[in-house]
Amino acid sequence: MIVYENVTKKYGDVTVVDNLSLTIDDGEFLVLIGPSGCGKTTTLKMLNRLIKYDEGNIYIDDSNIKEINPVELRRNIGYVIQQIGLFPNMTIEQNISVVPSLLKWSKEKQHKRVRELLEIADLSYEENAHKYPRELSGGQQQRIGVLRAIAAGPPVVLMDEPFGALDPITRDILQDELKALNKKLHKTIIFVTHDMGEAVKMADRIVFMNEGKVLQAASPEEMLENPAHPMISRFMGKLSYSRSGNDLICADVMRLKVLTVPETKKTLECIELMKQREIDSVIVVDKNNKYKGRANIEDIMEHGKPGEPIIKMVKLDTPSVMVNTNAKDAFDHLIATNIDYLAVLNRDKTVAGIITKTSMTKSLASVVWGDDNDYND
Amino acid sequence: MTSFLDKYGDMLLKASLVHLQYVLTSVGIAFVIALIVGILLSRAPNISRAVIPLLGIFQTIPGLIFIGVLFIYLGIKPITVLVALTIYAIFPILKNTYTGIIGVDPSLKEAAKGCGMSDMQILFKVELPMAMNPIISGLRMATIYTVSWAVLAAMIGLGGLGEFVYRGIETNNQVLIIGGAIPSAIIALGLGYLIDYVHKKITPRGLQGGA
Amino acid sequence: MSMFGWDKVGEHMYLVLMASLFAALIGLILGICCYLFKPARNPIMWLVDVLQTVPALATLGLIMILFGPTKTTVIIGLTLYSLLPIVRNTYVGLENIDPGIKEAAVGMGMTEMQQLIKVEVPLAFPMIFTGIRIAIVNSIGTAVFGAFVGGGGLGSVINRAIMIQDMDTLMKVTLILMLMAVIFDYGMGYIEKRLNQDQGMATAGSSA
Repeated sequence: MIVYENVTKKYGDVTVVDNLSLTIDDGEFLVLIGPSGCGKTTTLKMLNRLIKYDEGNIYIDDSNIKEINPVELRRNIGYVIQQIGLFPNMTIEQNISVVPSLLKWSKEKQHKRVRELLEIADLSYEENAHKYPRELSGGQQQRIGVLRAIAAGPPVVLMDEPFGALDPITRDILQDELKALNKKLHKTIIFVTHDMGEAVKMADRIVFMNEGKVLQAASPEEMLENPAHPMISRFMGKLSYSRSGNDLICADVMRLKVLTVPETKKTLECIELMKQREIDSVIVVDKNNKYKGRANIEDIMEHGKPGEPIIKMVKLDTPSVMVNTNAKDAFDHLIATNIDYLAVLNRDKTVAGIITKTSMTKSLASVVWGDDNDYND
Repeated sequence: MTSFLDKYGDMLLKASLVHLQYVLTSVGIAFVIALIVGILLSRAPNISRAVIPLLGIFQTIPGLIFIGVLFIYLGIKPITVLVALTIYAIFPILKNTYTGIIGVDPSLKEAAKGCGMSDMQILFKVELPMAMNPIISGLRMATIYTVSWAVLAAMIGLGGLGEFVYRGIETNNQVLIIGGAIPSAIIALGLGYLIDYVHKKITPRGLQGGA
Repeated sequence: MSMFGWDKVGEHMYLVLMASLFAALIGLILGICCYLFKPARNPIMWLVDVLQTVPALATLGLIMILFGPTKTTVIIGLTLYSLLPIVRNTYVGLENIDPGIKEAAVGMGMTEMQQLIKVEVPLAFPMIFTGIRIAIVNSIGTAVFGAFVGGGGLGSVINRAIMIQDMDTLMKVTLILMLMAVIFDYGMGYIEKRLNQDQGMATAGSSA
């Protein structure tokens, strides 16, 4: 078990970690996340004493790490960094056995361990052990980086944005591999990232930090459902389910491209336009582009006279909503009245867009399934 | 040619050995001193910021001056030449050792620290191997310059191949000039190649080519 | 300053600058040769490396056999000595130009010569300039050998000072030599920085 007890770290006047208390269970996959400068990396590096802390205590299994020789301490904690940091002057085998050799394992034991680890990672010993780091791809190198960290069997592994420099596909693969690996090994892993998707995917528990403090520590599920702070919601972005609820406004769900016609336009012209676009109504605006109402093709066909301005056909009471109206209200309105669309107006009454049932559904879908496509067509 | 060798062969061999001795001794001592001081400087960035530019300036002082100054203080003794050449040879090695170590990617040092290496282990397992290229090129530069300046040992009458060149120039004797110039050129080229060869041998494949 | 006048300083600078001028011309041509004719690269690089490896006094002695104890001897010797950094930096500078720029030049219909003169050499110039700086600073030191082959310069002042054990003069000459080297090193280094800024490039460092 790892316990941070009222830990504070300052650089000059700036407090980067502020009276932090945190308990990490054995075998837990803990992800530290937050905006840059929030203290997540500092929190991580204090644990293997790469960074000294000013106040408080950190315990690993009841021993205060201040009382452990830092070199000894680090040999018992795995460490993986974003820059990978494989030693270019050493072969893959030598890199993996860095810590075992520091711990003075016998040559045979080291060799056996390297074979075993490469096997776990599905890498052939013959093909890889005698290569040098630069002969491997970035993804391969970081696989070795992870193996090096766990080579001597440390119970705790620290990972500082380990996959941050990899391309998205490789990152995804390595995330899966790490998850699978830890199912077998049950290490306590403390993992720093700024990618909420990665955090949700990997973590047993996410600790969200800002300005050196913990804003929320919760399971991914819990954090997605009940983000404790607007900043966390923002970090969640499209991952968050919360925006499917009450946060959405009309601007989020409307279609942007709309056909508007000036009120002076003649009826026949309008019919022609509607036929071309295969639509059955137009939005009518005055000379200042302010919303007047809408005209249906049926009404025009039935009551309209050729050469009359379209304004005569406009139903002035046609419903409209404002851009900042809650999307749910618009949705209710759309369902209740059974009209095919709602005009969305800016504050100055100009037309911002329309909400159709389709645009609403697509927006909701993108929120629910986290799809980044922009459906505003 | 044969008559030249008959006449000067023994002398030439002896002079070459003296020359080689001057070079190897001074460069050897300089290498050890420069390496240690370079490592220490890399640990004291504040001092180094002031010291390193000064080293660059001292490096521009011709070796002749070191020989001259020490000659005035120490007189005509082999130690004069040795000390002068040693001081001269320290600069390029020291400067390259320092810049080499400072230039090691900080993430490698952090990884090494994170693996639980002690400062000494980081130095010997990571920093020095990574700084090998500049250190060895500094050594090569120092060696070649030292062969060149050692020719001047003759100026204060302390032998070496310079004696041939020097006397040849003084007396306008072409045979003597060539007799001294060619072996000294061979020594310089030979040592240069030897260093290149050893360098290549001891550089792991992972650091060859670029890096 | 009783032992020497400023004429010796002038003489020294004359030797250095003449040699550097020739070395810049020849070095530029050799560097371009390395770049344009890849098979020529290794022999040329080997040659200029050997030229710098051979002890200066030996080179000067050999040249003296042909040209006698004159300034010509010293200038030729220093020129040969200065080639390495200039050739190497010219070659590396040309080689490191962004391939996109070269392609654009080809695409605009430039001949190989036009590319070289209008695009490549100007882009490589800051790097070439660095080579010239290194050559000049090295030559200021090496030129003291000139005195041994009758070329004059500050070397002759040093030799005389050593012979009569005149520490005072020796120190003064040292100071002057250091000053000369520093002025050229920093002065040209400053110009170099400006050149690099103009091209928006990072300083591509190279040491001799």
